[in-house]
Amino acid sequence: MPFLELDALSKHYGPVKAVDDVSLSVEQGEFISLLGPSGCGKTTTLQMIAGFVDATAGRIRLQGRDITHAPANSRGLGIVFQSYALFPHMTVADNVAFGLEMQKVERAERARRVEQALALVHLDAHAGRYPRELSGGQRQRVALARAIVIRPPLLLLDEPLSNLDAKLREAMQFELRTIQQQVGTTTIMVTHDQAEAFSVSDRVVVMQSGRITQIDTPYEVYEHPASEFISRFVGKTNLLPPATDGGPQRHVRPEKLMLKPAGQGRADATIVDRFFLGSQWLYHLESPLGPMVVVQVNDGSPAHPPGTAVALDWDDAILRTLPEGGR
Amino acid sequence: MSDTASPRTRSAAWLTLPSLLLFAVMLLTPLSLTLMLSFNEYDAARGATGGFTLSHYAAIVSDGYYLEIFLRTLRIGLITTLLCVVIGVPEAYILSRMAAPWRSVFLMIVLTPLLVSVVVRTFGWSMLLGIEGPVNMLFQAIGIGKTRMLYTEGAVITALVHVMLPFMVIPVWTALQKLDPQVEQAALSFGASRLTAIVRVVLPQIMPGILSGGLIVFGLAASSFAIPGLLGGRRLKMVATTVYDQYLHELNWPMGAAIAVILLIANLIVMLTCHRVVERQYRRRLG
Ligand SMILES: Nc1ncnc2c1ncn2[C@@H]1O[C@H](COP(=O)(O)OP(=O)(O)OP(=O)(O)O)[C@@H](O)[C@H]1O
Ligand SMILES: [Mg+2]
Repeated sequence: MPFLELDALSKHYGPVKAVDDVSLSVEQGEFISLLGPSGCGKTTTLQMIAGFVDATAGRIRLQGRDITHAPANSRGLGIVFQSYALFPHMTVADNVAFGLEMQKVERAERARRVEQALALVHLDAHAGRYPRELSGGQRQRVALARAIVIRPPLLLLDEPLSNLDAKLREAMQFELRTIQQQVGTTTIMVTHDQAEAFSVSDRVVVMQSGRITQIDTPYEVYEHPASEFISRFVGKTNLLPPATDGGPQRHVRPEKLMLKPAGQGRADATIVDRFFLGSQWLYHLESPLGPMVVVQVNDGSPAHPPGTAVALDWDDAILRTLPEGGR
Repeated sequence: MSDTASPRTRSAAWLTLPSLLLFAVMLLTPLSLTLMLSFNEYDAARGATGGFTLSHYAAIVSDGYYLEIFLRTLRIGLITTLLCVVIGVPEAYILSRMAAPWRSVFLMIVLTPLLVSVVVRTFGWSMLLGIEGPVNMLFQAIGIGKTRMLYTEGAVITALVHVMLPFMVIPVWTALQKLDPQVEQAALSFGASRLTAIVRVVLPQIMPGILSGGLIVFGLAASSFAIPGLLGGRRLKMVATTVYDQYLHELNWPMGAAIAVILLIANLIVMLTCHRVVERQYRRRLG
């Protein structure tokens, strides 16, 4: 029996199909990411699981129990809202303690766990502040602490790390992953950052205008996207002409293309522009096959300046074709 | 505020000039005239005779008759405020939860008392509560028997609550509008019951609204004139009706002025105290 089961779940606002026929099975202890462009229905899906949006059709089952229309305060989930929804009249510590208080955890234990949760999100020094005295990222971490402190069976996170700097974000991703692995908390995280979805989740659920278009491991989503849209949403891609006339178009990710000296590859190309990404160089090229992007590891050697004539080379084994009918 | 006012705040200061002028002419002038009048000597035969005396204030403070009127006014003001809070806050909360078309319909209904002249409305109440009025007929029908309701504090308070309710509902409603509904949802998601969510999360956030509503209601109720005048009758006097009597029946203007000044000071003390509380309690948290 799956831990959480969404069965043909839909939410329509008049003619707007915010969520349309979404089905998903989540196993106990799994870390799932909902990934998709803005407005595709991620928050709405999460809010239906949380019990704040009433489903138009379909069922939600948690541990076998039908909770589709159960009141929100009977579900016992830990939620991080996209807008944080902190209690503005309570200090950071009181915010985090609120859920424990509702669970009637006794005072000393409560204080200990609040302290622990605040330390986890690096906010122990701010326990006495009010939310309006915090920065956006600090508020977001309070929201995160408030949700994990109650050790819920299911964590629902709506873009919980969107306001953090890269370093802090990575640290928090690591903490979320650790909690999930040590406590076995089932986690559903909404994000529109594909790198975040890939780095922490067991499975990625890609959504597009209210529908699920792919459910797979991060590796599969990146390497075998179900459609050109997904392919472009989770990374950059190059189109290559079909191998045979009338055959399917082939795709190749920019890091799998090799740059060779002019004349030594399978296609000539000229460097149009280059972007420094730190660990990598991103090149835009012009070639008879059309515009191309190539990513090369920054190995310390000087980058090719724009205007350089080069050649593109690739290994046929890493070319991908998209499934028929993939949009 | 800093000492170095930016050009922006300085031009804003100029913009307040017209309202300042209006305030000075329409409010400060009569107020200072009243204050001066309250120190005038009074002679039963000749009225206010100028000069300077504290005798009116002394009379008010020492005479149990006035003390009773002030206490009654305070009591009626407080009970009215309390009832307005008890009725108005849930009313505003329910209003804010209504679906789109109904919300504005019911908000209009809440505001209707303001559209009818206070005199007309009060006559309505005196007919309703009169000894031959519909309420008494109902009482008789269910076997309670005729009850004298007119000219009681109960009648005055009932009518005051009716008029003042919009002044409670509007600030609370405004405060509720500013709330993020997700904050209340967050409370629910942590297992709070609806009641707990309201008491622990909604009420503290709209407390400034409730307090300012309470201040308006108390100020208006404590200085109300038409309602106690018409529903309280000759014996159940409140401060404002006493001032009126002193001016127009006793013709003791200085005494009337002195009572008015004390009412003003009492009201000011209540308001400033509440304001301090709000400042201290909520400024840091709710901004
Ligand atoms: N209360 C509502 N009434 C009408 N339409 C709504 C309502 N709430 C959401 N929608 C619509 O439903 C769609 C999905 O919204 P949702 O908030 O789930 O998007 P999202 O995937 O979370 O986007 P984002 O990444 O920007 O947060 C949007 O097109 C939105 O306009
Ligand atoms: Mg969203």
